[in-house]
Amino acid sequence: MTDKETYSSSITPKDKLFDLRLGEIWQYRDLLVLFVRRDFVSKFKQTILGPLWFFIQPIFQTAVMAIVFGGMAKLSTDGAPPILFYLAGVTAWNYFANCLRSTSNTFTTNAGLFGKVYFPRAVMPLSVVISNLIQFGIGLLLFLVLYAYFALRGYPLHPNSTLLLMPLLIIIMGFMGLGLGMLVSAMTTRYRDLQYLVEFGVQLLMYATPVILPLSAVPAKYQPIMLANPMTGVIETFKYGFFKTGIFSWELVGYSAGFTLIAFLVGLVVFNYTEKNFIDVV
Amino acid sequence: MKPIIKVESLSKQYRLGSVGTGTLSNDLKRWWHQVRGKDDPFLKIGESNDRSTKGKSEYVWALKDINFEVMPGEILGIIGKNGAGKSTLLKILSKVTGPTTGRIDYNGRIGSLLEVGTGFHPELTGRENIFLNGAILGMTKREIRAKLDEIIDFSGCERYIDTPVKRYSSGMTVRLGFAVAAHLDPEILIVDEVLAVGDAEFQKKAIGKMQDISKGGGRTVLFVSHNMGSLRQLCTRGLLIGKGQVTCEGSIDTVIDEYLQNVSKRTEYNAPLGETEVFIRKAYFEREKQGYLFSEEVKIIVEVASKIQASNTSFSFAVVNKFDQRVFSNVYPFSCKIGNYRFSIKLPSKLLAPNHYSILLAVDIPNQILFDYVVSALSFEIIDEGSLLSKYTGHHGDIIIENNIDLVKEPKPLK
Repeated sequence: MTDKETYSSSITPKDKLFDLRLGEIWQYRDLLVLFVRRDFVSKFKQTILGPLWFFIQPIFQTAVMAIVFGGMAKLSTDGAPPILFYLAGVTAWNYFANCLRSTSNTFTTNAGLFGKVYFPRAVMPLSVVISNLIQFGIGLLLFLVLYAYFALRGYPLHPNSTLLLMPLLIIIMGFMGLGLGMLVSAMTTRYRDLQYLVEFGVQLLMYATPVILPLSAVPAKYQPIMLANPMTGVIETFKYGFFKTGIFSWELVGYSAGFTLIAFLVGLVVFNYTEKNFIDVV
Repeated sequence: MKPIIKVESLSKQYRLGSVGTGTLSNDLKRWWHQVRGKDDPFLKIGESNDRSTKGKSEYVWALKDINFEVMPGEILGIIGKNGAGKSTLLKILSKVTGPTTGRIDYNGRIGSLLEVGTGFHPELTGRENIFLNGAILGMTKREIRAKLDEIIDFSGCERYIDTPVKRYSSGMTVRLGFAVAAHLDPEILIVDEVLAVGDAEFQKKAIGKMQDISKGGGRTVLFVSHNMGSLRQLCTRGLLIGKGQVTCEGSIDTVIDEYLQNVSKRTEYNAPLGETEVFIRKAYFEREKQGYLFSEEVKIIVEVASKIQASNTSFSFAVVNKFDQRVFSNVYPFSCKIGNYRFSIKLPSKLLAPNHYSILLAVDIPNQILFDYVVSALSFEIIDEGSLLSKYTGHHGDIIIENNIDLVKEPKPLK
């Protein structure tokens, strides 16, 4: 019993529940970078348009929204140009949605690799979030180009100091997607049902987020539902920064940030707890 | 010296059947026991890991109470039948899955080579995959860059190194994968049957590299294989696992012999009562074992008892493969008198391909009377022993003709 302390590592049935093992993830940072790279390279090998696909998706999504919701249904955009308004919403929302969707099946899609070799499993979802972040960056660039174009054409756009919160918003979106995704992926190892729930749940959730309808245009009766959605604060603040329309409140941002912190910690703990034996049940 | 790995009462329980149905209720039961501070109810049940018998419980112990220690610099060969628990043990050691109870303490990094080329991405080039694979196995970019030339050189794929791996032949993929893994620098390396792939030249290289790894670098290696030849060549100590338990531990030769003695069941035939006039009384192996190396002769003793006198009787035997096809047979005419006879059968070495065989015995007067006929009186295993031979296993027929027999003579120029 006495020489137990002299060993550098040990393998035991259960780890401490709240051991986040962030140091271990740091050790594998090179792997993280390589996974991101692999994601990118493999995505566009043997395509003609290559990275242009990053632009095509949001452009079409925005165009359809501008025609259907802005042109036909004449929904309010709080005075902002519809194209910019929807593109802002879509760009931000897609980042969160992609993070959530692609991290939520980490265990099931990587079972083959995870079954053969050990590395901190959290590296996988983290790499997904980072590669989505790059994709988001490209989307944001597209948005900024259009934004500058509209500004030059003399549209009143009112960018304001709230834009300084942008890094925080990006972190919140990424980590919320990551945290929820890790939680879901840990649970899908046993119960596959959740996977389907996430698939369409993400789509539905968009309508409870001010991507299409600004918070101000939502009837008071439904506002609590929207306010309870932690993504509302992020999207609303994101748009506020660029257009100075809609609502900005520290409570909303604080709620989103708090929710994200909890979701991420719970997600990571459950994820780390699952990674040990998931291969037996997946 | 202090052991580098110490495994203490390690156990692993698996649930059989389809996971998913009833998991929720069992999960709830488990949780309820935990809440009340009791032991997990499902850990009390469970049966030993015997593949061939039908069990009552749906929980089995793939490993039960495993204890062993490994000294630094040792190459430990882990041997066992399919399903004995070897792979489970390696999986726990490489942290792919966790143990149910018990613990393992070790010093340094554990690197595993459970399947070479793990995580190779078909779209990436060989070079990119070296980095990716190396990182998956726990190396840093710096370490890989420092060894890049050496790795490419070892793999022998230099020409293709900037081609996507999907264009590689399977042999090349394996070479590249092994090259990366072989340059991994963990204090403890786990290897699972990688040497079964690749051509003979590469196998030799791989075995050499493994020897270098442990001898030169003082690295500790745990090696699992069914190939007794490479086990004997490489390992210093052995560990035999059967039904999830350590059944033998010691020098590699002792452990291999122990394993070979127990590969299958029919080591002896004794005639049942109610015999015919002439019958096979007994059959057994001369050296009470059933596993034979390819380069070993198989010697069988058969005793025939006769109550009559006949001149044109014959004793015959056939070697039958595992698909119940006769590989070859031999008929030996003899005139029998009342009394017992003893036949020795000697199957030449380097003839039967590594596989499982049984012996069929018969005594008769050809085309007239069949006195006795015993299907699979004995069974034995020819064991793969060298890297060159592994290619014969399975699909190259049952009989192997060595090159030195000169089936085809060297051609002479025609005038």
